[in-house]
Amino acid sequence: MSCYLTTGKHMGFYWSFLTVLSLLAITAPLSLSFGFGGAVAARSRIAPLAWFGKGYIAIVRGVPDIAFFLFFVIALDQGIEYLRHQVLCPDWPDAIRQGNDFLVCPEAKMPLGNAPQWLHETYGFFLAVFTFAIVFGAFAANVLFGAMRAVPKAQLETAEAYGMTRRQTFWRIIVPQMWVYALPGLGNLWMVLIKATPLLFLLGVEDVVYWARELGGTKTPRFTDYPHGDWRMWYFLVLLIFYLAFTRVSEIVLDRLMRRLTRGQATAAGEAQRKAAA
Amino acid sequence: MEECLNTIAQYGLRSIGIGERLLPRSDYTLCQQFTLIGSGMIWNIYFGTVALLAGFVLATAVALGKAARNPVIRKASEWFIFLFRGSPLFIQFFFAYFFFLSLKSQYAFFDPFTSAWLGALIVLFLNTSAYTGEIFYGALQSIPKGDTEAADAYGLAGWSRFRRVIWPTMLRLAWPAYTNEAIFLFHSTTLVFFTGFPAWQQRGDALYYANFFADKTFNPFVPYPILAFYFILLTLVVIGLMGRIGKRLNAHLPQDVKRPRARFLPQIIR
Repeated sequence: MSCYLTTGKHMGFYWSFLTVLSLLAITAPLSLSFGFGGAVAARSRIAPLAWFGKGYIAIVRGVPDIAFFLFFVIALDQGIEYLRHQVLCPDWPDAIRQGNDFLVCPEAKMPLGNAPQWLHETYGFFLAVFTFAIVFGAFAANVLFGAMRAVPKAQLETAEAYGMTRRQTFWRIIVPQMWVYALPGLGNLWMVLIKATPLLFLLGVEDVVYWARELGGTKTPRFTDYPHGDWRMWYFLVLLIFYLAFTRVSEIVLDRLMRRLTRGQATAAGEAQRKAAA
Repeated sequence: MEECLNTIAQYGLRSIGIGERLLPRSDYTLCQQFTLIGSGMIWNIYFGTVALLAGFVLATAVALGKAARNPVIRKASEWFIFLFRGSPLFIQFFFAYFFFLSLKSQYAFFDPFTSAWLGALIVLFLNTSAYTGEIFYGALQSIPKGDTEAADAYGLAGWSRFRRVIWPTMLRLAWPAYTNEAIFLFHSTTLVFFTGFPAWQQRGDALYYANFFADKTFNPFVPYPILAFYFILLTLVVIGLMGRIGKRLNAHLPQDVKRPRARFLPQIIR
C-alpha cells in the first residue's frame, strides 16, 4: 500500500495540491488589486471610466463564472499572440483569422513552438491565474466599492473641512477605514475562491482533479504494477474531505480575525463583544 | 432570414434530441450559434427550476432541523449544510457521478442516476437545499420576537403557528438572499456537462454548445457573448419573478417604508 501511494504519478498528485495552494497565494492579492482598481474606476468622476468600472462589476456577476473562465483563457492567449504578431512580424502577408483558424507567425507563438514542456505548463498556469484574478477582481471590486461607501459620511465631511482634496480624502481617510467594512465580504470571497480552485482543471492545468481522474481510473496489470478497479470515487472523496477541511480551517481563522478587528469598534458586533466581556 | 428559420426548426430543440441529429460541421453561421446555444438553455432552465422547487421543500426542513432542540436532528442538519456548503460543487458532481457509476455496476436500478438529467439534478437539488437551508435558518433566527409572542397570545400553536406566522415571516425575511441563491443556482447549472456527466449524443447545455463552437471556430468572441446574453436574460427573468413573489410576501406591510432591496453578492460560486 505504501508502495502504491508513492509511485511517481502519486507524487504528481501530491504536487498538484501545491499547485492549488500557490494559485490561491498568487490569485488572492492579484484579484484584490484588480478589485481595488475596479472599485476606484467605478467611483471615478470621469464618466467613461466609471462606466467601465461598473460594467466590469456588473457583467462578471451576471454571467456564469465558468463561462468567463473558459472565455478568458482563449481570449487572453489569442490577445497576447495577436500583439506579439503585430510587433514581431509586421509584414506578415496573411490574415490572422482564416475561417476556423487563428494563425500567427511562428515567432509570435506563445510560448514558442520549440519551448520545453515546463514552459508550456507554467504559461498555462499563469494564464489561469490571470483569468481567476480578472473574475475574482470583479467580485472584490463589488465588495470594496460597497466598503468605500460605508465609511461614515461625517469622516469625509471632516476631511473636507480640513481642506483636503478629493485625492487626499481618498487615500488618507477612506482607504484606511474601509477594511473593517470590507472584511466580511472579502472573507466570504476567500471561501468562494477556495471552492473555485478545482475549476483549474477546466483551464487545462494538471491540478488535483486531473490527477484524481487519472490515478483513480481502472488500471490493468499490463501497464502498471498496481492493478485496481475504478477507484475514482475514492480519489474524489479524498478531494472532498481536503476541501471540507480547508474551508473549515479558513472559517475558523476568519472568525478569529473578525473578532479581533471588531474589538473596540463602534459597530453592533463590537458592542456585543463589550457586553459579553462585562 | 428564411435560412435562419430553417436552422431554428432544425436545431431549436436539438439539446433534448428533437430535430437534426448531426451538428453543423463547418461554416458556422451566427444563426446556428444563437439557435444551438439557446437550445442548450433548455437544460439550464430544467436543472435550475426543478432543483429550486424541490430544494425549497428540503431547505425548509433543513432550516427547521438546524433550529431544532433535538440534538440528533440539529447535528444532522448542521453536517448536511456543512458538507454541501464547505466543498466545491465541481467536486460534488465528480464524486456523485463516480459514486453512482460504482453503484450502477452492482444494481441495474441506478442506471438512470449516471445520466445528467437525474444524477446531476440530485446533486444540484441537495446543494441548493444546503445553501437555502442556511439562508432560511438565518431568517428563522431573525424573526421579530413580537411576531411569535403575538402568535402565542392568539393561542396559535404547533402546525398552525408555523403555517400562519413563522413560515411566512421566515420567507419574507429570507427573500432577497433567496433571490440571489436562485440566480447563482442557474449559473452553476452550467457546470454539469463539464464534470463526469456525459452529454449523450452531444445533447448538452448552453455552455456545452458555446464551448463546442469556441473549440471548432477557435474564436471565443462570438459564442461566449451569446451565452452571456442568454444568461443575463435569464437572470432578469428570475429577478422579475422572485420580485413579484417577494411583493406578495410583503403585501401586508406598510408600503411606503423603505425595505432593503435584493442585493447581489453573497454566494457567487459554489
